[in-house]
Amino acid sequence: MSLAIAVALLTGAGTWLLVRGGAVRLILGFILLGHAANLVIIAAGGTDRRVAPIVDGSTPLDAAADPLPQAFVLTAIVITFGVTVYLLGLVARIAKKSPSSELEEEFDSDDEGVGNR
Amino acid sequence: MMLDTQALSVWVIPGVFAVPLIAAVVTFLIGANKTSRAIGLLVPVAVFAASVLLVIATMEGEVIVSQVAGWQGGVAIAFIADLLSALMLGVSALLVFSSMVFAYAAGLGMDRWFVPSVLIMTSGVYGAYLTGDLFNLFVMVEVALLPSYILMSRSGTLTALRSARLYLIVNLTASTLFLAGLGVVYGVTGTVNMAALAGLGALPVVAIATGVVVVALMLKAALVPAHSWLPATYPYTSPAVTALFSGLLTKIGVYALVRIISLIYEPGQILTTAVIVICVLSMIIGVLGALGEGTIRGVLSFHMISQVGYILVGVVLAGAVGFAAVVFYLIHHTIVKTSLFLTGGTVEHEEGTGVIKRLGGLARAHPIAATAFFFAALSLTGIPPFSGFWAKLGVLTAAAEAGAAVVFVVALVVSVGTLGSMLKLGTGVFWGQPKTIDAEEETPSDVSVEPVVAAGTALSVASAVEAPPVTKWRPLLVIPGFALALVSLGIGLFPEWLLSLAHTSGESLADPVAYVEAVLGGRAP
Repeated sequence: MSLAIAVALLTGAGTWLLVRGGAVRLILGFILLGHAANLVIIAAGGTDRRVAPIVDGSTPLDAAADPLPQAFVLTAIVITFGVTVYLLGLVARIAKKSPSSELEEEFDSDDEGVGNR
Repeated sequence: MMLDTQALSVWVIPGVFAVPLIAAVVTFLIGANKTSRAIGLLVPVAVFAASVLLVIATMEGEVIVSQVAGWQGGVAIAFIADLLSALMLGVSALLVFSSMVFAYAAGLGMDRWFVPSVLIMTSGVYGAYLTGDLFNLFVMVEVALLPSYILMSRSGTLTALRSARLYLIVNLTASTLFLAGLGVVYGVTGTVNMAALAGLGALPVVAIATGVVVVALMLKAALVPAHSWLPATYPYTSPAVTALFSGLLTKIGVYALVRIISLIYEPGQILTTAVIVICVLSMIIGVLGALGEGTIRGVLSFHMISQVGYILVGVVLAGAVGFAAVVFYLIHHTIVKTSLFLTGGTVEHEEGTGVIKRLGGLARAHPIAATAFFFAALSLTGIPPFSGFWAKLGVLTAAAEAGAAVVFVVALVVSVGTLGSMLKLGTGVFWGQPKTIDAEEETPSDVSVEPVVAAGTALSVASAVEAPPVTKWRPLLVIPGFALALVSLGIGLFPEWLLSLAHTSGESLADPVAYVEAVLGGRAP
């Protein structure tokens, strides 16, 4: 239950940050959405079984945690981290290219760029 | 034909994924020089050779499985080559090679990030074609996307950066959704191995869980109603990059949809209706959008949406016949679309603009490029003797056999719209009177060509004010698009071999027993 609430909160907050626009809010929004997706995967593995899944005969198999979702999440975290670093780099690059105007405006403005031509 | 399947599964299948990745590291370390550009051309040649071997080994419907680290089937991470994967590998390598030749001629090879980025992107794409596991599909898509963000934003203009932002948001949203969908699928079934999921779509709960993944993939494939991001981003990067994106990244989404729908879902009324509605809307809206566009790549980008509808509609029509149409259309479309993007890119690089109004009468001075455009445009429309005719015939046959009158009629009517927008491009750019360009009217900032090229264009524009603009186009820009148009003509004149391959592939997609057995039944046969 607590996982479900956490996923809902993270998704809500992430989406809110995305639609607010603005470079840094955008990046934070994707970080939160990524966490929400990771929690969904953890929940999929079941949270009631928590014993380390080492098959040496001493661990009862029905209490052992499922290692696969944890491996999934580990991979996903690394990917999200890489993308976040790239996004920050992109924002820094835009800021460097147009120092005269506000960073947020440049990143938000669709006036003459995408969509219109 | 007898080939050592053991050697293929141990060396060729992992190699197709690993070699471009290793080559990317090497080319990045040695920087942008002749050696690294040569490696960028050799890798797609090697992958093409590997795909020929794989096609020969799978042409009777065999499935070659590479269980990573030799674990038991169902436990191991599986890389799987069947006829569809092998064909997609081959056509992708062909388009990567053509786009690389074009990109070097356009000066992109001078950027030390270009060759490594393309190599990593292709490695992810090849991996996505070969993987048999939904989570690995996610990883491969990410491997393909990260360098695409770099390619998208390296064009350097602010407009390109803004469209890079939209591109990023859409793809990150789709990836997050895909990941959450994966979690749900795993929670419901306890596996993400596609072969183990085969047929489970008959259970409503699995169908819904997989549906989350399908929606994410539709966003990536730019199907209506999640299509509008594509024409707002693809035209703003460098032309060679647009060609690569259209041929590789959109195709991953389409390929994954074909694979998932064919394996996991059972044919049924709801699925059929949903796919037909989405595909028919994509066909119509894509072609209407194309008619309203004012730039070459704008028109071509909207066409992609329409054509993806044509490709995917076959998955629910008449079983094997429909899947055969899907496979043939997928291959035809990759070749023709890349050809059109490359020819359009040549015009943009050499004339300095892709705005149709500012162009005209180019056929007189540049007959080869005009021929390439003419061939590819006719092929896209579906006129014999080009490959597009057989592709459309396949879709229409499948629609007729399935009794889907709506699909049949819309597919025909939309062809007229395709012809209309292609005529608009043809008459606006290649036929008619050459435009005399005022220096004032010319604002190169609206087209995101490379700075080097833009400078060269400014020179040619300056000379254009005095004399009619008869600059000679660089042959290496023209040849790739022309060669691909000839490939389309070749397939159209001699379609039997590809039709029979598509037929075999269609049968195994409609009834994936061999695929499932090969993956789950332990070692490769």
